[in-house]
Amino acid sequence: MVNCPECDAEIKIPADSIEGEIVTCPDCGASYELVKAASGGFDIKPAQVVGEDWGQ
Amino acid sequence: MSAGNGNSNTLTILYDTIRWEEKSLIEAAKKKGVETENIDVKNLTIRLDEESKKKYAGRTVLQRSVSYFKSLHATAALEGLGASVINPLRVASITGNKLFAHMEFQKAGVNTPKAIAAFSEESAAAALEEFGYPAVIKPTVGSWGRMIGLLRDRDAARAVIEDREHMFPLYHIYYFEEFVKRPPRDIRAIVVGDHVVAAIYRYSGDGEWKTNMALGGRAEVCPVTKELEDICMKATRAVGGQIVGVDLMESDSDGLMVHEVNNTTEFKNTVRVTGVDIPGQMVDYALALNKKG
Repeated sequence: MVNCPECDAEIKIPADSIEGEIVTCPDCGASYELVKAASGGFDIKPAQVVGEDWGQ
Repeated sequence: MSAGNGNSNTLTILYDTIRWEEKSLIEAAKKKGVETENIDVKNLTIRLDEESKKKYAGRTVLQRSVSYFKSLHATAALEGLGASVINPLRVASITGNKLFAHMEFQKAGVNTPKAIAAFSEESAAAALEEFGYPAVIKPTVGSWGRMIGLLRDRDAARAVIEDREHMFPLYHIYYFEEFVKRPPRDIRAIVVGDHVVAAIYRYSGDGEWKTNMALGGRAEVCPVTKELEDICMKATRAVGGQIVGVDLMESDSDGLMVHEVNNTTEFKNTVRVTGVDIPGQMVDYALALNKKG
């Protein structure tokens, strides 16, 4: 569990999560990328979810 | 990129964001007892020299980078060092450009929308007079329906063309397609190896003429008929694809036509709607390729 830096809502990190996965805040919809925390768990950082040359 | 062992039971998955698709591939591999080396392309550095061949030769890489330019260049580097990248560089470079792909479809006799190209503001305007309205303007490189416009008349066309003249030079390459009369849906078919594994209809979102799921469209199962299979395989072979998504329209007058082949296809909605184990089949295909060496 981490708190959304935007709205402070709680974001659940599922048990099967992997580094690099995108999680979304259930309240404000902001997207974050999971990064390994020093503690061994996960931390979050703002995710790039769209780029000019992204998509299929 | 860490060393990895590059053996026949290891897959490298190259990504720039882990979406549902990438996670499902990692899980599918795990279920099959296959080790994956998951590499964020943003963290990838590759020495482009002979020495690096020892590290990369013989690897099978599933290219899942969603950024077209990163995907293209990382594929060039890895393939150049002897890795088997799915899909190969030729496929990535052709399918990423609508004009290049159009020419390959044309050469192979794949039914595709009529198109016209021009290379300046004046010639673009003249091309449209010849081509007629309505016409669709598409950037030669681009995805998710971005910057695709429906030009209903000369005034709309002039405005769009003038805007583009102030953009990056890539947008000064004018590529127009006929506006195909069709039902308010298109088809996304997923090809793995030598057959179509599943297909969906994608319906336009409310008030939207484009059918991209990214634009709010909805999906339904599309039966894989022999006609669909044949045209998809013809288009896939025309660009040399291994695992691709083929986008088609059902023209009222000309039947099925292919408008795009996607090199790093998304398949979440196709799995959701059809229940077909697409990630499992993709992993199987990559492993078989790995063993062939």
